[in-house]
Amino acid sequence: MSQEPQQSSIFKVIGASSLGTLIEWYDFYIFGSLALIIGSQLFPADAGASALINTLAIFAAGFIVRPFGALFFGRLGDLIGRKYTFLLTLVLMGGSTFLIGLIPSYSSIGYAAPILVLILRLVQGLALGGEYGGAATYVAEHAPANKRGFFTSWIQTTATGGLFLSLGVIVLTKNIVGAENFADWGWRIPFLLSIALVGVSIYIRMKMHESPAFSKLKSEGKVSKNPLKESFNNKANFKMVLLALFGATMGQGVIWYTGQFYAQSFIENTCHVDFNDSRYILLWGIAFATPFFVIFGSWSDKVGRKWIMLTGMLLGVIFYRPIYQMFLDDTDFTKIEQRDIAEVTNPVVTRTAVAGTADSLITTTSTVTLLNGASFQKVQSHTKFADATKTAVELPEVHKDKKLSSPVFWKFVFLIFFQILLVTMVYGPIAAFLVELFPTKIRYTSMSLPYHIGNGVFGGLVPFIATLIASFSGSTPLSGLWYPIGIAALSLVIGAVYLSNKRPDHNEADSENH
Amino acid sequence: MNALKKALGLVWIILGPASIIFLFLQAFEKIGLAEEGVNKTNTALQWGIILFIFIPICAGVVIFGYYALKGEYDKLPDDESL
Repeated sequence: MSQEPQQSSIFKVIGASSLGTLIEWYDFYIFGSLALIIGSQLFPADAGASALINTLAIFAAGFIVRPFGALFFGRLGDLIGRKYTFLLTLVLMGGSTFLIGLIPSYSSIGYAAPILVLILRLVQGLALGGEYGGAATYVAEHAPANKRGFFTSWIQTTATGGLFLSLGVIVLTKNIVGAENFADWGWRIPFLLSIALVGVSIYIRMKMHESPAFSKLKSEGKVSKNPLKESFNNKANFKMVLLALFGATMGQGVIWYTGQFYAQSFIENTCHVDFNDSRYILLWGIAFATPFFVIFGSWSDKVGRKWIMLTGMLLGVIFYRPIYQMFLDDTDFTKIEQRDIAEVTNPVVTRTAVAGTADSLITTTSTVTLLNGASFQKVQSHTKFADATKTAVELPEVHKDKKLSSPVFWKFVFLIFFQILLVTMVYGPIAAFLVELFPTKIRYTSMSLPYHIGNGVFGGLVPFIATLIASFSGSTPLSGLWYPIGIAALSLVIGAVYLSNKRPDHNEADSENH
Repeated sequence: MNALKKALGLVWIILGPASIIFLFLQAFEKIGLAEEGVNKTNTALQWGIILFIFIPICAGVVIFGYYALKGEYDKLPDDESL
């Protein structure tokens, strides 16, 4: 850029871009944060684990189409400009999120419910595919070259910020309407709320100007005529797209989604920690770790992007299994001694008819409180056959809705914080890294594709694939971690061998290089 | 370093098809088990999604390996050799 923009105008650009992007992430993540409840609404009541896995598959579908959104809207952004393209993505995202909140449940419209949600989820994915690249490019093209990591790191905080907002709204809504109402209809509120947030963001973005780098290109008549062809038919660019994907975004994506999404899913669904506790743990972890996006982004301006990102991947490869083993060990109440128990409530017995038979399932539930402050629900079940000659079948005892003692709660917060710290290492510098890899005229298209394959496909599939692997016979609860560990290790090797630590400044070098 | 980049290129070229074969074998095994009533959560739809997504990516790994083998990544601008 010919002249350095004023600090205040840059912060306006960052603020306006970040707010819209944060809302898009919020829209995208409320679905994942409510997977268990949505699964029970969209699929038959007796679907069990399949409902969760199918819901995670619908959640993942949104990620899978992100690269297509990146291609479609990236092309549009390189043709007509950054500003109008990511206004359009915002409208699509807000509209589809609002409509998800209106979809009737499986009991009302049968399988039309999951199909409609799938379609809206695909629109969400396409919109997000177009949004992020635009916002990152827009901010980077306003930023001075020596502070690009610092300025784009604010955009990088929005994904985690959107997750934080989604968790906060969910916990708040549930506490206001009550657990029963929340499971019945209250889960729709976070989706419906989106329309107001998007309205505010559209108003702010309408006032923004086009990026100076793109405006300059346009005034000189150098806008790409076919960004897709120039990005992917040109070997010099395409090889960098592949390098960005396999050497950086692939590993970054799995670190992001393991630390923030799979961690919560694991604590809630595998460790059976209470709904609120599992979200509070993540909220605290995010709150403590978020400033590090800016710290690592800024640091990358001084020491380069490569080794900060790769160190984050390496630490993930080393520490994921020990961390998740600690989650399991600290929530295992099967070995508690009688002397550790402070109180056991009177058991509540319920009888449920087994569908299609005259048999019944008898469930006895009691709440156990331990001396250290932890508590859990002990559920014992057995099948009582209508035929009195048959012996009742005892089912394994289940411990659920676990509330953690204060030291264990804060230990979990630390373990989540550490995982999100790794996220900040891989994710803080990556927008600047990607922007610098490609020239202005095809930047939106070129950087969006590796970013969204890395994050949308490799990262977004972490909860789905890890849960699927953990469901294989013979697997352990930690088996699912081999997917993110393997991908991160592969990306680490490729990145270490092939990536340069710094790239030339295309903003200044556009005219001579491209 | 350039020799290592090229040698690993061969590894990526092999890794692409090897991954596709591994995924197909896993899909057949797991869907088969689901039909027998074991691992019921492994449906053809889920494995179909996985194959649909990862086969093009595996092809990308092969192309990446080919470029590496040809020395396309030997000299990247501003390489500080850190």
